[in-house]
Amino acid sequence: MAALTDLTLSGLVAALARKEASALEVAEAHLRKLDEHRALNAFITETPDRARAMAKASDARRAKGEAGLLEGVPLAIKDLFCTDGVPTTAASHILEGFVPRYESTVTANLWKAGAVMVGKTNLDEFAMGSSNMTSFFGGVENPWKRRGDNRKLVPGGSSGGSAAAVAAYMVPGSTGTDTGGSIRQPAAFCGIVGLKPTYGRCSRWGVVAFSSSLDQPGPLARTVEDSALLLQGMAGHDPKDSTSAPLAVPDFVAAARNPDIRGLKVGIPKEYRVDGTSPEIVALWDKGMEMLAAAGAIPVEVSLPHTKYALPAYYIVAPAECSSNLARYDGVRFGLRVPGKDLIEMYQNTRGAGFGKETRRRILIGTYVLSAGYYDAYYRKAQQVRALIARDFKEAFTRCDVLLTPTAPTAAFAAGDRMDDPVTMYLNDMFTIPASMAGLPGISVPAGLDKDGLPLGLQVIGRAFDEETMLRAAAALEKAAAFAARPAGY
Amino acid sequence: MSLDKDTVARIARLARLKVPEEELAPLAGELSGIFAWIEQLNEVDTRDVAPLASVSDVTLPMREDKVTDGGIAERVLANAPGDAVYIDPSDRNAGGFFTVPKVVE
Repeated sequence: MAALTDLTLSGLVAALARKEASALEVAEAHLRKLDEHRALNAFITETPDRARAMAKASDARRAKGEAGLLEGVPLAIKDLFCTDGVPTTAASHILEGFVPRYESTVTANLWKAGAVMVGKTNLDEFAMGSSNMTSFFGGVENPWKRRGDNRKLVPGGSSGGSAAAVAAYMVPGSTGTDTGGSIRQPAAFCGIVGLKPTYGRCSRWGVVAFSSSLDQPGPLARTVEDSALLLQGMAGHDPKDSTSAPLAVPDFVAAARNPDIRGLKVGIPKEYRVDGTSPEIVALWDKGMEMLAAAGAIPVEVSLPHTKYALPAYYIVAPAECSSNLARYDGVRFGLRVPGKDLIEMYQNTRGAGFGKETRRRILIGTYVLSAGYYDAYYRKAQQVRALIARDFKEAFTRCDVLLTPTAPTAAFAAGDRMDDPVTMYLNDMFTIPASMAGLPGISVPAGLDKDGLPLGLQVIGRAFDEETMLRAAAALEKAAAFAARPAGY
Repeated sequence: MSLDKDTVARIARLARLKVPEEELAPLAGELSGIFAWIEQLNEVDTRDVAPLASVSDVTLPMREDKVTDGGIAERVLANAPGDAVYIDPSDRNAGGFFTVPKVVE
């Protein structure tokens, strides 16, 4: 049998069911990987004791014949999900030492399904970033390196630790959150699968809020089927999140196991052919469409005319919501407190010391666009543009069933690159943000390597609450691309 | 749109964010760059377009107006910076207070 850490998540579920290994053995094998690859800085908090206790409880449940969907599967949790009794930092100094006394709905669902937590993963501070470089606890290293080049590369962001942990075989799957691409872009940079569900599919309750009209939890894993299985365990209506969709959870796994796409119409949005995209990515995109066509899909050129405005509109909406959400960090009820001569100075000192550079920048942008006299010019305008973006997608989906696009304009870049100009960094999310603005599901599938040996991803975007068709197309793409590369040394 | 130092200082005060004097000018430059890039939204004709506040079509659900939890003061106060004060130290769930610097003389 293959090493336990080499199995896919579905493979692990099967091996555990056949009693080829106990949950405790599986947990120990993965905890050893956490030890071995600690230098990647993928985790902010490791929870080996809790993992062992949860694994033992899992073995006990299985012995009683009560195995759940993810029984005994070790998972890494983005450190943005509140976990009862385990520090939750959002990678920010302002939340250092914060120990929630409640559990997020998504993680509670996972534990109910039998999963085992091995630790909390690193991320960009408050999930704001595309490189994982804004974490107070230091950047995460991508397990992949350019061939013949030893420079450290970023894992993408914001769910960079979750992506690196899966790519380095420390865990078979992890949770992430995606506001403008924070699951899909790091998945592409790390050569794994990342799925952002439809807004409302997974509960946001207990997830540290960044931009409430965009944030959405989702899974990262090494195969499309594994991502479907994890989503199955995470999703579901939650009365505690008023934007949680009151819909039954479909059989995502069955969809991912059915790569039959004969007759499926795959839209290619012409506005996604933009300057600045690596020619290799454009070539891979064309090849991806050819592969889907060879599997029986019908290519359709579609137009999303407002694509180029999605990014600037996002950089009004997301900071505006961020500035409101982050108002709660005031040094009064939890987190850091830095004293001052009066209450206002205490707020200012706490927030000035507790938030990092990018977070401060976004709070200032958000405060400005919401301030008196500017609301209509910025926030209202951005929401109107957002309505047009959503309308574009609606019209495109009258002509096709899914969309195929690149996930990111480049492969992973070196740590420290693109840090000088915020707008250059923001452009990383140009292909993921439009679907986020429309609340649509998207999945990144590793589809090839570039000339330097780095993984590249393609994105499949689906209709709202039609993750099943999206998974079917993603599974077909995965099958045709047959991506089997591993980062050297992992 | 170009932001000057004073505007950044004013926004920082609105946001209750201490920004050191020497960071104001570089921040004004960065934010001006971001807003110049955002200006391209003015190319979009949005007359008669209703703003989209939320992508979820569902009407916000109503629930019965009744207490659904409570009696967990200890958990609520568990992360209080500075010392929380409990009404009855022998029963922490009976209630308590966050403490803040003195605001009235």
